[in-house]
Amino acid sequence: MKSARRKAALSKTLVYIILIIIAALMVIPFIWMLSASIKSDRQVFQMNPFVLIPETPKWSNYHDIWVKIPLLKFVENTVFLTIVVTLLQLLTSSFAAYSFAKLDFKHKNSLFFAYIATIAMPWQVYMVPQFIMMRKFGLNDKLLAIICLQAFSAFGVFMMKQFYEGIPDELCEAARIDGMSEYRIYASIMLPLSKPSLATLTIFTFVNTWNDYLGPLIYLKSESKKTIQLGLKMFISQYSSDYGLIMAGSVLSLIPVLVVFLCLQKYFVEGVAATGLKG
Amino acid sequence: MFEGGILMAKGLSRQAKRDMVAYSFIAPNFIGFAVFTLVPIVFAFALAFLNWDGSNPITFAGLDNFKQLGNDIFFKAALKNTVIYCIGTVPLTMIASLGLAIVLNQKVIGRGVFRTLSFFPYVASLVAVTSVWKMLFHPSKGPINNILHTVFHVPVEQLPQWFSGSLVLLSMILFSVWRFMGYYMVIYLAGLQGISAELYEAASLDGANTWQKFRYITWPQLHSTTFFVVVMLTINCFKVYDVAIMLAGGGSGELTTSSTVLVYYIYQKAFIDWKLGYSSAVAMVLFLMVFVVTMIQFRGQKKYQS
Repeated sequence: MKSARRKAALSKTLVYIILIIIAALMVIPFIWMLSASIKSDRQVFQMNPFVLIPETPKWSNYHDIWVKIPLLKFVENTVFLTIVVTLLQLLTSSFAAYSFAKLDFKHKNSLFFAYIATIAMPWQVYMVPQFIMMRKFGLNDKLLAIICLQAFSAFGVFMMKQFYEGIPDELCEAARIDGMSEYRIYASIMLPLSKPSLATLTIFTFVNTWNDYLGPLIYLKSESKKTIQLGLKMFISQYSSDYGLIMAGSVLSLIPVLVVFLCLQKYFVEGVAATGLKG
Repeated sequence: MFEGGILMAKGLSRQAKRDMVAYSFIAPNFIGFAVFTLVPIVFAFALAFLNWDGSNPITFAGLDNFKQLGNDIFFKAALKNTVIYCIGTVPLTMIASLGLAIVLNQKVIGRGVFRTLSFFPYVASLVAVTSVWKMLFHPSKGPINNILHTVFHVPVEQLPQWFSGSLVLLSMILFSVWRFMGYYMVIYLAGLQGISAELYEAASLDGANTWQKFRYITWPQLHSTTFFVVVMLTINCFKVYDVAIMLAGGGSGELTTSSTVLVYYIYQKAFIDWKLGYSSAVAMVLFLMVFVVTMIQFRGQKKYQS
């Protein structure tokens, strides 16, 4: 009996040791980032001894980064894009999904097939013709191009459709008998019920748009149009050894996305878990 | 407000009216989707058989673009690197995320905190985390090589050059495992929670040890989850681009044969060389790879559902 308890205690200890190592691996790069962001370029790589917080923290890094590059402009562009794309995505895909899940109409299957057919089609395969087309529309170097590109994904429609299918049809039927129009049913019954999956879609879209690199790289050429990711990358290639500044910029670029993640993380985790259960 | 609409609708049957309502729900998304996704997809297929530089007249190329691929060393390097990256990243990420999920599935203190932390690399922006990574693995000044030198006495001239030559793919793989394992861990965690506790209890009564429980209960029960994880990972690895650019691309952001990948080559051929037809032919290769994996997924899904 005693040995069994000892064995259990031993395996518990082992589990914690593994967990602590993994957690350290996950977190060390971020701690390094924070620490380097308040160091001078000379202190950044100092290892012997390594200091987490230098005696005189170089807070000016957090000031200088705004001056060296038009970071404020980059933030404005990124915030604008992220908010507009996320709102459009939520609105249009929940709208379309309601129709696919709860209404019967002609060509329903063929319309939905158009969405399904693109599942196996990575954006990278058609990004070039898409750019040529957008250029024709005069959208080259316009923020609007990124909105058009990101806001109408099939993913959102699938996700919302799946959720709406889980809501009993009787609910809609009853509302219809009461004389509610489909628009009212959508707005006052379905939308409030779908808060969790709207939250999931929000965080996925937010993270994707905020962190997107290749899309903005193709479309946004002038400096005043760049997003944080592009701007930060531009700064890194110009001042590759200004480590303190690079890290300060990196920290700033992470804050919004981490805040949104921490607020909505429950829905994020549920969303990710659900994609696995489907398979 | 909708007078015109109502007048028009009077002549229509009930079903037609209902159709109109349904279409009005779909239209905002579908029009955007059709214009910005469906049309370019059709265009992409056509473009692979044409020669075009974006401004001069288009000429028909037939299969020439595809024939050229066979003799193109940059294309072959891109394909090879993408496949190697995939072969390294998929199993390592799978094993790491499964291991992490099993550990986190125990009753441990601070489970939620661990789960949150393991997601940070995934949600954090790539530019930010790759720039830290590049500092940590800096060939001459970084702490990793510093430790290799001072603790393990690796001579200075033998210290690994993490971001050039043959090691760059390894760096990309290690980075990606770090970045993705939290994400796939959550998928595995959901799978683990679906396994009935009775199975483990029965096995305990039969005297099974931890390894046997994993081998005969956990692993077989997680088959469909593993299948899904591997498929998703593979498709995502085929699409690798920004990791390569951030870790291996120098100041100008160009990649050499040791680090080029398919998506980069599509980008380069189109937006630097303006050979749109040729770029689209490369894109078709990427499409075929993803398509085959997706078909395997559909088959597998049917198998696991029945």
